[in-house]
Amino acid sequence: MQFWIIQILNSLALGGLLFLLSSGFSLIFGLQRIANLTHGAFFMLGAYIGASLLREHIPGIDFWLAALIAGLLVALLGGLLERLVLRRLAGNPLGQVLVTLGVAFIISDACLMIWGGDPIPVPTPQAIARPLIVGKLAFPTYRLVVVGIAFAVAAGLYVLLEKTRLGAMIRAGVDDMQIARAVGIRVSVLFTCVFCLGAGIAGAAGVLGGPIFSAYPGLDADMLPLALIVVILGGVGSLVGAFIGSFVIGAIYTFGSTLFPDVAYFILFLPMIVVIAYRPEGLFGRSRA
Amino acid sequence: MRITRRDLMHAAAVTALAGLSVAKAAAEASGPIRVGLLTVKTGPLASGGIDMERALVMYLKERNNELAGRKIDLFVADTAGVPATARTKTQELVERNNVHCLIGPLAAFEALAIDDYIRQTKTPTLSVAAAEDMTQRHPNPWFVRATSTSAQCAHPMADYCAKELKLKRMITIADDIAYGQEMCAGFQRVFEESGGKVVQKLFPPLTAPDYGAYVAELKTDADGIFLGLAGSNGFRFLRQFIEYGLEDKLQPVGGMTALDEAVLRNMGDEALGIVTACWYSAELDNEINKQFASSFRKQFSYDPGFYAAATYVDAAVLEAALKNVGGKIEDKDAFMAALRATKVDTVRGPVRFDEFGNVVGNVYIRKVTRKDGRLVNSVIKTYPDVSQFWTYDPKQFLANPVYSRDFPPAKNLEN
Repeated sequence: MQFWIIQILNSLALGGLLFLLSSGFSLIFGLQRIANLTHGAFFMLGAYIGASLLREHIPGIDFWLAALIAGLLVALLGGLLERLVLRRLAGNPLGQVLVTLGVAFIISDACLMIWGGDPIPVPTPQAIARPLIVGKLAFPTYRLVVVGIAFAVAAGLYVLLEKTRLGAMIRAGVDDMQIARAVGIRVSVLFTCVFCLGAGIAGAAGVLGGPIFSAYPGLDADMLPLALIVVILGGVGSLVGAFIGSFVIGAIYTFGSTLFPDVAYFILFLPMIVVIAYRPEGLFGRSRA
Repeated sequence: MRITRRDLMHAAAVTALAGLSVAKAAAEASGPIRVGLLTVKTGPLASGGIDMERALVMYLKERNNELAGRKIDLFVADTAGVPATARTKTQELVERNNVHCLIGPLAAFEALAIDDYIRQTKTPTLSVAAAEDMTQRHPNPWFVRATSTSAQCAHPMADYCAKELKLKRMITIADDIAYGQEMCAGFQRVFEESGGKVVQKLFPPLTAPDYGAYVAELKTDADGIFLGLAGSNGFRFLRQFIEYGLEDKLQPVGGMTALDEAVLRNMGDEALGIVTACWYSAELDNEINKQFASSFRKQFSYDPGFYAAATYVDAAVLEAALKNVGGKIEDKDAFMAALRATKVDTVRGPVRFDEFGNVVGNVYIRKVTRKDGRLVNSVIKTYPDVSQFWTYDPKQFLANPVYSRDFPPAKNLEN
């Protein structure tokens, strides 16, 4: 019983982090049709920025502020990448994907140059560093907080997309870009906004994931496939899809690695293969005309 | 047997070439010795790889780039930790830069990728990688290893756990690669033969994004846990282990890469008191190391660890062997014989080799303590002259299959 409770909580925590990682990826993918392979690097860059902000012990900068700063910086970088590079390759999806891959390599080697090859810890916020103990169960408080943050971000994004004018424009862009343009939506501005937003969430997620993953070279490559799996499973451009997909993958990974440790990675990719074969648009994706 | 003209031509060409290379060798015997370093400067393994280069360059600089009276030209190749690249770079070093010998590579799978090539080209190689069978069931005659095999430090660690820490029931966790599997297998064998029981064995994938699921699964009624993790994994695992409040229930101990100096310098109090086994510690109390560790620290402002010490030891072995053959590295057979016969005092203590080219040297049990504000691996016990075969008879040892996930079989798992 204890095993199941702890592993369910673990699944939720990992799912929450995966959602923070992949929601931005899904939004960008949905609107711009770009598989933004820089996403893992954004996550890693966020983690490194957060780690060094916290390592310097600058007064006034606590964990949450560091996450916010990292998010904003990475969002800025995302905006620059979109404006200066991807913009020029509009209409050339293959070129865009290759550029994002190239930028991902540049970021990861730049991180290696700046921060060196050693893993750098991101300290857990003091107040919630100790495990929460209920009866005989001990569970890291921080992970529960991560789940809470993921739900809050999901709710925020939901309101943004479903209840605001900007959200309506984004959805219009996802559904049919040409018609959206025809009715006067400035899709190119939307592109930049969404790219910044997606990159920023990934950057902040890097810091939030920091106490669990740390910042280390290769973090980008570890994270990117997970974002891909989630988005393919959930459906491109669908927030609900990314949300459900994250928790499904979180659960599959957690239970897969404890119940069938030898084939953990295989089990992780299995649902993706099934979905691609039988429902290529993903569980919650809309098929494109 | 018929001898065709083609055979004759072939033989003539070979003889001519051989003659040429002998002439070339003779002409060059006074020129610089070219040393190739295979290291990793990009990607996840870069931390260790950069240290390998730094320490080697330091060793050579301290001797004005001269070993045994000959100038040394160092060629550094970045394999990126990819076996195929390691192979290409080795070829480049050997065929384009004409190196006389190689130092490196870093990782076991890289060493395996160049195994055939260094046999073919007869290139003396001083390796850092730990793959057991390179010096056991498939020994490579051009290979020496002054560091250790995967399990060479795990054997004494297991002995220490059973006899000194008096742990009875232990868990092992290691990266699911040959290195992790071999290390745990060695640990299990010695621990169980000393009366202990390994009750749980876990092998997370090398790139496990999150250890939460594994930590939650640990049997908290065991006495201790052996960490056979490498790179940043040991450090990430340990933090999550503490996050789940397990540090009071299970005593963590580690293999030679779990709490390396490279990882320690980024850790906090959570590492204090953890015991690990390695063939080196920056804290070793011998004259050579005191000088090395302090000048390394002065230059780079951190302690040298496993990888820095590895190439520094290799360089010392190289120098000793070169002195024994009067600097004539061109006579490969004599040089190789000298390498294997080398007995030299190094930063890790005295080093000599067994008949398979693997080191026989001290293994240190170390405990993390705080000194001058930084975390260090203080040596608390020395196992002198440890061989890759531990206390076993080499013949019997080699009659067994190589250490793996399933060998030796774990009989005491509780599920």
